[in-house]
Amino acid sequence: MNPRRKKRLLAVTAVVFGIGAVIGLVLYALQENINLFYTPSELIDGKGPNHEKPHIGQKLRIGGMVVPGSVIRDESSLEVSFKLIDTGPLVTIRYQGILPDLFREGQGIVAQGVLVEPDVIEAFEVLAKHDEEYMPAEVAEAVKGIKHEKPKYNLDSGN
Amino acid sequence: MIPEIGYFSLTLALVLSVLLCIFPLWGAHTGNLRLMRAAPSLAVGQFMFVLISFAALIYASLTDDFTVAYVAYHSSSTLPWYYKITSTWGGHEGAILLWLVMQAGWTAVVAMRSRSLPWILRARVLGVLGFLGVGFMLYTLLMSSPFELLLPYYPVEGRDLNPLLQDPGMIIHPPLLYMGYVGLSVSFSFAIAALLTGKLDNSWAKWSRPWTMTAWGFLTLGLTIGSWWAYSELGWGGWWFWDPVENAALMPWLVATALLHSLSVTEKRGVFKSWTVLLAIAGFSLSLLGTFIVRSGIIVSVHAFATDPDRGLFILAFLAVVVGGALTLYAFRVAQVRSEGRYKLVSREVALWLNNIFLVVATFVVLLGTLLPMVHKEMGLGSISIGEPFFNKMFAIILVPFAILMGIGPLLRWKQNKWGFLQNKMLFCAIVSIAVTSAWLFSSYDVVAPLTLLATTLAVWIVVTTGVDLYVKATIQTSFSQGLKRLDLSYWAMVLGHVGIAFIIAGVTLTSAYSVERDVSMKPGEVVQLNQYQYRFEGVNTIRGANYSGHAGEVSVLKNDKLETILHAEKRRYDIGMQFMTEAAIDAGFTRDLYLALGEQLSNGGWSLRIYHKPFVRWMWIGGMLVSLAGFLILGDKRYRSNKKREQTAAQEAI
Repeated sequence: MNPRRKKRLLAVTAVVFGIGAVIGLVLYALQENINLFYTPSELIDGKGPNHEKPHIGQKLRIGGMVVPGSVIRDESSLEVSFKLIDTGPLVTIRYQGILPDLFREGQGIVAQGVLVEPDVIEAFEVLAKHDEEYMPAEVAEAVKGIKHEKPKYNLDSGN
Repeated sequence: MIPEIGYFSLTLALVLSVLLCIFPLWGAHTGNLRLMRAAPSLAVGQFMFVLISFAALIYASLTDDFTVAYVAYHSSSTLPWYYKITSTWGGHEGAILLWLVMQAGWTAVVAMRSRSLPWILRARVLGVLGFLGVGFMLYTLLMSSPFELLLPYYPVEGRDLNPLLQDPGMIIHPPLLYMGYVGLSVSFSFAIAALLTGKLDNSWAKWSRPWTMTAWGFLTLGLTIGSWWAYSELGWGGWWFWDPVENAALMPWLVATALLHSLSVTEKRGVFKSWTVLLAIAGFSLSLLGTFIVRSGIIVSVHAFATDPDRGLFILAFLAVVVGGALTLYAFRVAQVRSEGRYKLVSREVALWLNNIFLVVATFVVLLGTLLPMVHKEMGLGSISIGEPFFNKMFAIILVPFAILMGIGPLLRWKQNKWGFLQNKMLFCAIVSIAVTSAWLFSSYDVVAPLTLLATTLAVWIVVTTGVDLYVKATIQTSFSQGLKRLDLSYWAMVLGHVGIAFIIAGVTLTSAYSVERDVSMKPGEVVQLNQYQYRFEGVNTIRGANYSGHAGEVSVLKNDKLETILHAEKRRYDIGMQFMTEAAIDAGFTRDLYLALGEQLSNGGWSLRIYHKPFVRWMWIGGMLVSLAGFLILGDKRYRSNKKREQTAAQEAI
């Protein structure tokens, strides 16, 4: 092999190894950080054709409507808990901190957190969108049957 | 009347851009100089008509003309006048019109500032820019006209601009970002024109370089201001979210950064030619992809506008034509390209090649993290999200070798270097950086995590090596102060850019490691201690603004019992739409920010407050400013200014 070819071979090998290492790293990092999205009923009854349920301790995202009257705030701290619903069962979300500006009962929200009991999630992030009519796309899709009907109960308009 | 003028003038602009696309390209193909000569005036004419159209929209917005659907949906009569202007790019249709203004503007500037170019190349560059103009104008006129009317039933009051967008950041962030995005189309056009001509020599790189640098400077500034805006406006104290739309802007930036490094090699050494062309194509393609991501509605994001699948489809088709066409041309022509220079392993060429590799890998990481959830969803596999830790981890891994390389690269010479020559300098720099960083961090903080130490050392390393290189380069023949004056501006641009990146690394590292956040519930008079500061809650007042009302919480900040500052954090409710907005109070400082956001009133009479202590967070934006300044600095470089002289002589010859 002449020196030039040798050099090229070396360069190509280095590149191939580099790409391999990168892909490996990326896949490894991805595996740890993909968060599946669930709706309350998927969380309880399982998701997909095999009805796969998340396991305790899994990091996940959940989206649904905040059940009116379910928001309980702690008197002394900023702990808050509320229930989410889509079409069936309820899931309890616990959160510590300030809720987003547009968090309201009857509003669609998305929470990110860890499953601590089969129907309880300890959230570290709660997202609500800055729009009255807005429902997170994922929630809207999940509750397609319901459509964008205005909730029938009276919302506290004074907040 | 005025909106019709706007629409009509946009149609005229489309006609001109169709001509701009056909005449010069055909002229260049057949060697018809007269056709080629039409290009500059067509480009300027196109810009004029787009500008008239944009002015019409601004006029409609300023005069509260709610017969225009766009104005009715994005403005209101109570909006202050400057936000009325801003509202013209606060929604989808207007934002695209702003994009058009930028596109036509860049085309016009290229037309006027390219007199030194041979006619064949100049005509082709303008022709390709014309083609891009046709695409975007067709899109605007067919799919997203901002001049749609709501006649005969129009509302008496508009829906108001989204309160999130009623911020000074909104005034400058989108125009700057678009300047950058669209500016990359100039690099793209130069690349395509060079491919069409078949002459990929270093003069091509030389011409393309100042345009690329300027576009990149705008892109950097746009990203920096966007990050600062998110920080001050969203009320979460966050400055980067790895949101798909942020990623969409970051990807072109990464590729453009690779491109301008690669361009410098192509210009000075005549190597990496085909790679440089590929990067120029990729840069603009990614900014188109970004547009597609933002406009198509396939993502859920804080930035997403009201969306429409047809629009997404149009942009996707346009993207396919542009990228497909460019890559096909590239495939046909790339075989003719030959590298001229030779270089060894330890050389600046290889360092810059590695720089490109790292940047491209980073781009792929972002691309993967952004597209994977979409692909996953489109394939019907369910909805997933890729968390911030993925991006953070990947970028941290890439950063280490990249930052080390950033220190070594400038010390290297072209072609080849002797290791021994470098060893001493590098060892010296490494020791100094480790010593300085350790002294700094261990004296200021009780706990220093190894990763924090590593990342900060890398930032200091970049500054130290850049300083050493500056000293060496300046003292080659003369004294230091004399030598400083003789260094050219593109060298200073490199120094600024690298030091800016060092600031960003240090800022991100330290603020991530040492930020303290606390959500508290407080009653008036209560005190909370956070780091060395005491926060005393004074109470809440009601406030009333032009188009909102709300509460303002007042907090006195004390340090060693001395009043440091008073923070006013607001919670606003906008009259139209009844939207709530948190207006955070920030006491900015060089080494720390104090950040306060007001939550809601609790049932026990107290208020919830969110308090942050964010050290060195400002360094990120200082760094970003320095980097973008580097992009603009090259405009003053002698080598590119000499263009002007040639331009003048060329102009005289023409007469």
